[in-house]
Formats: sequence, C-alpha cells, structure tokens
Amino acid sequence: MGKERGGDIIIRDITIGQYYPAKSVLHSLDPRVKLAGTFLYIISLFIFESLSGYVLAGLILLLTIKASHVPFSYIVKGLKSVVFVMMFAVFFNVFFSHGQHQLVKYGVISITVEGIELACFMAIRLVYLILGSSLMTFTTTPNQLTDGLEKALAPLNRLKIPVHEIAMMMSIALRFIPILLEEADKIMKAQSARGADFETGNLMTRAKRLVPLLVPLFISAFRRANDLAMAMEARCYRGGEGRTKMKPLKYKRLDYVGYSLVASYLGIVFVIENYII
Amino acid sequence: MDIVKTKELVYEYIRKREDGSIEAVKRAVDDVNITVKKGDFVAILGHNGSGKSTLAKQLNAILVPTEGTIWIDGKDTKDESLIWDIRQTAGMVFQNPDNQIIANVVEEDVGFGPENLGIPTEEIWKRVDESLKAVGMTEYRYHSPNRLSGGQKQRIAIAGILAMKPSCIVLDEPTAMLDPNGRKEVLQALLDLNRKEKITIILITHYMEEVIHADSVIIMDKGKVVMEGTPGQIFQQVEKLQELRLSVPQVTELAYRLEKGGLLINNKAILSVDELIEELIKWKKTSQCVNRK
Repeated sequence: MGKERGGDIIIRDITIGQYYPAKSVLHSLDPRVKLAGTFLYIISLFIFESLSGYVLAGLILLLTIKASHVPFSYIVKGLKSVVFVMMFAVFFNVFFSHGQHQLVKYGVISITVEGIELACFMAIRLVYLILGSSLMTFTTTPNQLTDGLEKALAPLNRLKIPVHEIAMMMSIALRFIPILLEEADKIMKAQSARGADFETGNLMTRAKRLVPLLVPLFISAFRRANDLAMAMEARCYRGGEGRTKMKPLKYKRLDYVGYSLVASYLGIVFVIENYII
Repeated sequence: MDIVKTKELVYEYIRKREDGSIEAVKRAVDDVNITVKKGDFVAILGHNGSGKSTLAKQLNAILVPTEGTIWIDGKDTKDESLIWDIRQTAGMVFQNPDNQIIANVVEEDVGFGPENLGIPTEEIWKRVDESLKAVGMTEYRYHSPNRLSGGQKQRIAIAGILAMKPSCIVLDEPTAMLDPNGRKEVLQALLDLNRKEKITIILITHYMEEVIHADSVIIMDKGKVVMEGTPGQIFQQVEKLQELRLSVPQVTELAYRLEKGGLLINNKAILSVDELIEELIKWKKTSQCVNRK
C-alpha cells in the first residue's frame, strides 16, 4: 500500500491553533469576548498562590470545554506539540532549585521539596494556559480572530501602531499557509524524484537537506506577495482608512453575558486569594 | 462613448546599474493607439513579450505610461487623484487565481473590493449576492477558496471585481493556468457578463479559440499593434498570423487549406465547425451543378 511520503509530514504536525467547526455557545460568541476572556484567564493563572485557586481554574476550564462542543481528546492532542517545552521547564525547576527542605545535593544539582512543588504548579499552569488559549482558536475562525483583534486593539491606533495593517497581515498569512504547504510538498516531491533524500539520516543531516527546499519556497513566496499586493491595489485597497466591513462586529446579549461571567470569575479569584487561604 | 482610449502610448522598462546609470531600456509598448467602445468584447492577442500585459497594467493605472496618454472613461491615468476612480471603473483580473484571492471564505473575498470603496454593509451584501450569482458561484459562497478548482477560483476573482461595479473588466491571461474545462467555464462567464450585464471586457490571451466570440481583436507584436479588426477579418489573414507565430483555430486553418487546394470558394474566414459544414454543403451543391452540365 502506498503511503504518501514527503511533505505530508509537515502538514500533519500542525494541530494547535486550528479551527474546529461546530455549533455551540462558545462558537457564536463575539471574538472580542473570547479574546478578553482568554487574556484575563491567563493572567489569573499567574496570580494564584493557593491550591483552591488551581481547582477553581481547572473547573472553569472543564466547564468551558464542555460548553464548546469540541471533543476533549481533540483538545488534548494540542498538548503533544508542547510536551517538550513543558518537560524542559519542569526539569530545571526540579533539579536546580533552592529551598529549606533539601532532599538531594550533588554538585550543582539540588532537589528540594519547594522545587518539586513549584515544578508541579508550573506544569499545571502551562497545561491550563495551552488548553485555555487553544480552546479560543478552536472556537474562533481566523477571520473572526483578526477582526476581533483589530477592533479590540483599535485604541492603539492613537499611538501610531498600524493595527489594521497588522490584522490584515495576519489574515493573509493564514490564507497562504495551506498554499505554501502545498508548494513545499510539490518542491519536495520534485526533488525526491531527482534523488533527494528527506527521510533518512539524523536530525542535523535532515535539517541540512531542507535548505535546497527553502530557497525555491522563499522565492515563490516573494513572487506571490508581489502578485497579491498588485491584486489588492487593483481592488482599491489603500489601508484601513475609509474602509467599511462586510461583517462588522456587533455585541449581542450573549456577549454581555459572556463578559459578566468573566468578571464574576475574576471576582471569585480575588476573594479566594485575599480572604480564603 | 469610448471607455478606453490611448494616444501614442509608450512604456519603457529601464534597467539601472548599481550606480544609478541606465544600463538598458526596453520599450515594451511602442506607439499604441487604440479605442474600445463601451459594451464591447475586445481581445488582445500576442506572443510572449509582445507587450500585451504591460498594456493591460496601464489600463488599471498599475503602470503609468512613459509617453503618451490613456483615458479610462475620459479620465487620464496620470492624474494621481483619479487613480482609485480609474481602478474602480476598469477592474483587473490577473493570471494566477491563487495570488489574487485575499480572504479565507469565498463571500468575504468577493466583499473585499466594496469594503475598500467604503460601501455600507447592507449594500456590500447585496453586491456580493449579485456578483456570485452572475458568475454562477452562489453555492460555493461559504467554502474556502483552497478547495476550489482553478476555473472556480478565477470566477471568484471575477466576482470580486464585479462587486465593485466596474464598467470595464481587464483580464490579463486569466486562463493561462487553467485546464481546458476551467478555460471554458471562465470564457462562458465572461461572455455572459458582456451580453447580460453589458460590461466591457478586455481579454488578454494567447489562445486563439477565446478570440472567436470577441467583437474586435487587436494583435500586438514587439510592443506595437500590428493587426486590428473583427475576428473574421483577422483570421482571413492566416499567413500573416503565422508570420507572427500565432496559430489560428483548427477549423479556420482547415478551411484555409481547403481553399488553397481549390475546394472552397469564399472570401471569409471560417470560425466554427458549423460554418465549415455549411460552406461544404454549398460547395457540394454548386459542384454537382457543374458536373451535370
């Protein structure tokens, strides 16, 4: 049986940050609410010092996942790609930590009770952070996300930050990811047909072999960018000024409910951290 | 009323050395005088490097003439203040469909042009609906452009221009990257637009078959206009076309060779199979008359 070889390896690896089409309360929420909610949730993760805080954050996360109608296993898959980073963080926290209750001391390595505790919390924080933010991308289309960002960051315009242009760049980048992946696949196959080997050897040799792939890919990306710029100008694009929206963002009642839920979550966090230990 | 008019148009590509001195000057468009009437379907033909794409880009004010003038609906393209007006009047579709679609959803891409023009939201939706319907792509409106065929993508690009309500659409080899089916789809969409919506079409191509239905044909070579006329007039001059390294449609060539061999006696170019059959029947009847005598 002919399994497809070559470029599909790259495509399969990208799971995080994808959109999962479904019908749920979370999907129909205004992207600004989701952006604000995710942002505040992430901040709240770094305020916690008590165990009850972690329990609360976990519960909230579980509830929102349930409400998103995205299968739990699908969300967890997104964690795979960051396991390495997580192990790295945990490793350093466990083996190079300071604390009063020292367990092992050998040269530069020292393991303490505090260090292990810290590493555990760090791991939990990272898991929450990744699950929380990927939940946002799972329930928001790239276009909604960039629209939301553009609208939410609009005040930055006064600081001469080109918010519209950045949002436009993001959405174009998202549009061209599949096109460039396809192109990379084509180049890979064309080079494999002429004897290039992308599959054997250790990590270093394989990485080196990618260079002849990247050069044509970059050239073609530049050519595409040039063409696209011309096509955009031909369609009267001249930046964000005076532009109207086909799908303007408008808050509905649901969005206000969303905001108040986020606010009450923050309120509870505040109470827990300050009055209950 | 002329929608496009050019006078002594010249465009030069200048290649400079690193110190800024001029290394070479290439005259891509050389003394071109053409007029296009409102509502016409005009085809511009030419070999690679004949200057036809350079001419097209000047119609949309992407390039500004080195010498001479172009008027689009009476507006001079050299006038910076009219540039957006001109681009809206003469919309442009390019060769590679992938490199001109901006959005991740079909309907949002069609809405891109009107958004740039500052059209109110409800009006944008109306225009998007109409444009998608005009090119027969309504059922794909929620799809991602990545999953569509080349012909479908090119029709989306046309719809995107259409939503800006242009009076003229310039297409720079829109079918060059498509398969035969896609080519047919796009050409049919263009013919429909020309006939039903009365939109002026300027089609730049090197496929002879796409020229047959045009109202007039302009043939370019080395930056100059070398032939001009109706498809019938152009295709009569088979030898001259071959000199310009342009092939004629197969039927036309067959009829031409038959005529050379003394089989058909007529003075017009044959553009379709039906016409050839008609002529053959006519010829058979007359030759039978001759035999009986």
